[in-house]
Amino acid sequence: MDKIAIIFRRELSAYFMTPIAYVFLVIFVFLAGIFAFDLGDFFARGQADLVSFFSFHPWLYLVLIPALSMRLWAEERRGGTIELLFTLPVTMTQAVLGKFLAAWAFTAIALALTFPMWITVNYLGDPDNGVILAGYVGSLLMAGAFLAIGTCLSALTRNQVIAFVLSAVVCLAFVMSGFPMVLQFFGDWAPAPLVAAISSFSFLSHFNSITKGVIDLRDLIFFVSLIAFWLFANAVLIEWKKGR
Amino acid sequence: MEAMVEIDALVKRFGPITAVDGVSFAVQRGEVLGFLGPNGAGKSTTMKMVTGFLTPDSGRVTVVGDDIGKRPVAAKSRIGYLPEGAPLYGDMTPAGFLDFIAAIRGFKGAERKRRIDSVIDRVNIGGVLNQPTETLSKGFKRRVGLAQAILHDPEVLILDEPNDGLDPNQKHEVRLLIQEMAAEKAIVLSTHILEEVDAVCTRAVIISQGKVLADGTPAELQAQADGHNQVHVGLRGVALEAARGALGALQGVDRVESTESEDEILLTVSAGDRGDLSGAIGGLAQSEGWLVTRLEVETGRLDSVFRDITRTEG
Repeated sequence: MDKIAIIFRRELSAYFMTPIAYVFLVIFVFLAGIFAFDLGDFFARGQADLVSFFSFHPWLYLVLIPALSMRLWAEERRGGTIELLFTLPVTMTQAVLGKFLAAWAFTAIALALTFPMWITVNYLGDPDNGVILAGYVGSLLMAGAFLAIGTCLSALTRNQVIAFVLSAVVCLAFVMSGFPMVLQFFGDWAPAPLVAAISSFSFLSHFNSITKGVIDLRDLIFFVSLIAFWLFANAVLIEWKKGR
Repeated sequence: MEAMVEIDALVKRFGPITAVDGVSFAVQRGEVLGFLGPNGAGKSTTMKMVTGFLTPDSGRVTVVGDDIGKRPVAAKSRIGYLPEGAPLYGDMTPAGFLDFIAAIRGFKGAERKRRIDSVIDRVNIGGVLNQPTETLSKGFKRRVGLAQAILHDPEVLILDEPNDGLDPNQKHEVRLLIQEMAAEKAIVLSTHILEEVDAVCTRAVIISQGKVLADGTPAELQAQADGHNQVHVGLRGVALEAARGALGALQGVDRVESTESEDEILLTVSAGDRGDLSGAIGGLAQSEGWLVTRLEVETGRLDSVFRDITRTEG
C-alpha cells in the first residue's frame, strides 16, 4: 500500500512538473464547456440538468485520455528508467496500480475543475443534484476504463505518439461498439449473440445509463472489470517487453 | 569468506540468440569483481538478471541468501544497482529523485533526510540538487545514478559500466568511491576498459558470447599474457653480440631480441616458462660491469590477454 502511494505521488507530481498538466486542464475544462454550451444547446434545451455536458465526455476522453496515458510506460521504456523501477523493491502490481491511480487522480482533478458547470445549472434552475453526482461518478469510471486501455498500450512501445494513436483507436472501438451504425453492420451477417456482446461492450450505453441517475451494479461491474482486465494485460505486457 | 552473490548456471535467450549461456560465479564480501567482455558478450544481460530486472530462462541468483526469483523484494532491497547509462527521470530534480528512492527503499522522516544528505555529500552533487536531471552534465547524471545506488548502503553493489564516457577526473572520483566502499560490500562492475580492472578490481571474470572464459585475480590473468615477465634491458658501451651471447647463455632464457641505436643497445629477454629473469640479468650485468640504462620487467598487458581469450573463442 505504502509503495503504491509513493509511486502514485511521483507519477502525479510528474504531470505537474511540465506545463502539460496545466495545458491539459485548461483544454479539458474549456472544451467540456464549449461542447455543452454550443454543441449541446445547454441553454436552448431549457432544462436544469447536465445531460448536454456529460454526453460529450466520451468524445472528449477519446482524444484527451490517450494524451495522459501515453507517457506512463513508453517514457519509462525510452529513458531506460523502467530498469531502475523494477530493480527497486517494488512489485509489478504496485508499479502498475501506482501509475494508473496517479493518472486517474489527475482526470479526477480535471473533472472536478468543471464545477462551474454545476454551479451554473444550480444558479439557473433547480436540478436533481443526485443525477448530476451520478453523472460525475459515471464519467470518472469511464475515464478509468479509457485510462486502463491507454496505460496498457503505452507499455507496447517506446514511442509516445504510437502509444497515443493505438490507445485512441482502441478507445474509439469501445465507444463506437454501441452505435446503431456499427451494430447494423454486424447485424447483417453476424449471429445475434455476437452483436449483443459487441453492443454490451459499448462505453456509451453503460455511461448513458449511469448519467440518467441510475447507478446500476451491472454498469459498475462493467467498468471496474474492464479496468482490472486492461491493468492485468498491462502487467503481462510489461513483463513480456522487458529487455526487448 | 562469505558469498554475498551466487550466480548459478544462468541462461537467457532472446529468440534464436543465446545472450547468456550458463554463467556461474560467486562474489564475496570485500571483493570488487570486474566483469569484462567485448560489447554484446552478455554482461548487461547477466547484470539485469542478477538485479532481478530480467527473469532467466534457467539458472538461479541468490543475493545474501535470498533467491531473487522467489523473494524478489527481499533480494532487491539488498542490492544497489546502476543500470547502463545511469537512466534517470529527466524532469525530476536530484533532490526529488533521491527523496523518491529513499521513500521506496522504506526510509522515513529524519532517517530519510540523513540518508539523502549523506549520499549527496558523498557523491558531491550539492550544487545541482534543484536542477532537472535532464539538464545536468554526464558526470553529474552518473553521480546522481550512483547516489541512488548507494543510498540504502546495500551489501551488494552492481554497477553497469560506471565509468563509461566520463573524463579522467570523473573516473578517478568514481574509483575512489568504489575503493572506499569495497571493504564491507560485494561489488560487481562491468567494463570494457581494462585499466579499470587494474585500478580497482580484486578479481576479474571475462565473458564472451555468453560464456565465462576466465576467472581470476588481475595478476593471474596478466600471467597468461604473451609478454609476461619479459625483461627489457638497455645497455651503453657494450658490444651487441657479446651482450646477446651472455644473456642467451643464462639459464631459462628462451629468446633474446635486440635493437641498436646510436649509443645504446636494447634487448628483450624472454624465458621459456615465463619465469622471472630480472635477478639473473641484474647479476650478470653487475659481474660483466655493464652500464645499464634501463631494466624493466614486463607485467603483461591485460588487454592482450583479453584479446587472446575472447578472440580464439570467436
